[in-house]
Amino acid sequence: MSARADHIAIVSRIPAGARVLDVGCGDGELLGLLRESKGVDARGLELSSDLAGKALARGLSVIQGDADSDLDIFPDDSFDVAILSKAIQQMRDPAHVLSQLGRIAPEVLVSFRNLGRWPRRLQLLSKGRMPAPPLWHDSDALHPCTASDMVSLARELGLTTQAMAPVDDGVVGKFRNGGLVRLNWSADEVILHLSR
Amino acid sequence: MDIRHEAHRTGPMPDATRPSLDALRKLTLPAPLALDCGESLEEVEIAYETWGELNADRTNAVLVCHALTGDQYPAGPNPLTGRGAWWPRLIGPGKPVDTRRFHVIATNVLGGCMGTTGPASSRPDGRPWGTDFPVITIADMVRAQRAFVDALGIDSLFCVLGGSMGGMQVMEWAVQAPEKVFCALPIASTARHSAQNIAFYEVGRQAIMADPDWCEGHYIARGRRPDRGLAVARMAAHITYVSESALKRKFDRDLQDRAATSFSFDADFQIESYLRHQGRSFVDRFDANSYLYVTRAMDYFDLGAAHGGRLANAFAGSPVRFCLFSFSSDWHYPPAEAMELTRALVAAGVDVSHIEIETDKGHDAFLLEEPGFEAAVAGFLDASARQRGLAG
Repeated sequence: MSARADHIAIVSRIPAGARVLDVGCGDGELLGLLRESKGVDARGLELSSDLAGKALARGLSVIQGDADSDLDIFPDDSFDVAILSKAIQQMRDPAHVLSQLGRIAPEVLVSFRNLGRWPRRLQLLSKGRMPAPPLWHDSDALHPCTASDMVSLARELGLTTQAMAPVDDGVVGKFRNGGLVRLNWSADEVILHLSR
Repeated sequence: MDIRHEAHRTGPMPDATRPSLDALRKLTLPAPLALDCGESLEEVEIAYETWGELNADRTNAVLVCHALTGDQYPAGPNPLTGRGAWWPRLIGPGKPVDTRRFHVIATNVLGGCMGTTGPASSRPDGRPWGTDFPVITIADMVRAQRAFVDALGIDSLFCVLGGSMGGMQVMEWAVQAPEKVFCALPIASTARHSAQNIAFYEVGRQAIMADPDWCEGHYIARGRRPDRGLAVARMAAHITYVSESALKRKFDRDLQDRAATSFSFDADFQIESYLRHQGRSFVDRFDANSYLYVTRAMDYFDLGAAHGGRLANAFAGSPVRFCLFSFSSDWHYPPAEAMELTRALVAAGVDVSHIEIETDKGHDAFLLEEPGFEAAVAGFLDASARQRGLAG
């Protein structure tokens, strides 16, 4: 089974042997990849007990819990890197979750769907309808946002954007330190590498 | 080994004389056992049973710890009571705790009444202990198990697992002998008995002690048994093992074999009839003084208090891989208490997993059909066994 491009991109940002917490780790696919390729100490937090059980069967350590309320069980700096992959827009309180991640680990990787992409802007402008697929009330994203929104929130929380990369049709572009305006205009999804 | 589910079969113990426990498999500990209370016990007998082969390296042993009213027969029928295995879905060939891969050991706890030394046993001079038996703790139970496992010639256990009070023993094992446990599964358990837990068990103890047949604890010497008190104790405790929604689903206010209430104190309601049955069938297989001692041991259990008031201290630097399970509708040991233990283990830097299983079956869910729980246990044990180098 070939790994997802965004997973490979996240793996590339993580040093070998790091202590990694994946929040919303699902069945542990990314953590499994990290353990095999980087030898990291891999831990996960997952809301679904079925998915957490699958991560257990991979030999991963996973705590079933809710990122909105349970991140406080992790002490300050108990990890080197915290990952929040395609989950921050599903949180009830994204600012709280992001600040918790910055407390738990000095480096944070966060990926999300970018509402700032131009066809989405155009849809709202031209049709007056939300660009949330398939329907705005079906979307599991409670807090849709743009790449610029997220960089701004991170800055308010004391987190610096070290690098950012676009993900389009499953292909990850280069990580760059800058070019936010263009990224915000064109990227389908975005991966941000934040640090304290 | 045939391990069909026979949990609801009642045993052939209708009269007041307990059948001989001599037929059970036992081992006498080679040295006296020092207890937390300061006393020590000589010639402690441990009743036990095993399933599956011990491998040549002696690295595949799994110790199963039982709950308050359990015994050493999680994976096969109890020859004395005739009751079937109490964990038939979890342990056996091809089950999550696979007896083709692991050597499964189960003992009756210290203070119990299924062959291990307890208040129903005889003193060295031949008289029954009764309430002269020393008060024991969960830590004492585990010390007895450790001496027993040593006597079997097993240096370390691949896994210790258990539910409810069995989970307390699992935690205590990991604290007392972290170098001897590869992985630990405390299930539907708590690191600290709450005031509510103590309250319910105190009701049970008072019911036993209020029974005139209790004879101040010396009923065996007088040829009597406080069955009524013990039955009430079981009824009160049983309520805490099931959830309100499960009671509503199974019984609601349905009447027992009648069309209308009888304006009497008969068991009009099905729930009354059910509880009375629970009480009646329990006294056939359990000793009232054992119930006092074992519930007291649970009440005294507070791992954090025993380690400077901070639970994380109990586990600092532990190499044991933990996997906790809790059940959403368990109000006896609620999931929040498992999360507190998880928090302490994380703070102690221990490798810990915790899964809360969604169910309406309450505390007893750990003994019942819960496919998500069973699959997760299987996954964790398989992955841990591979890490330990145990063949599949």
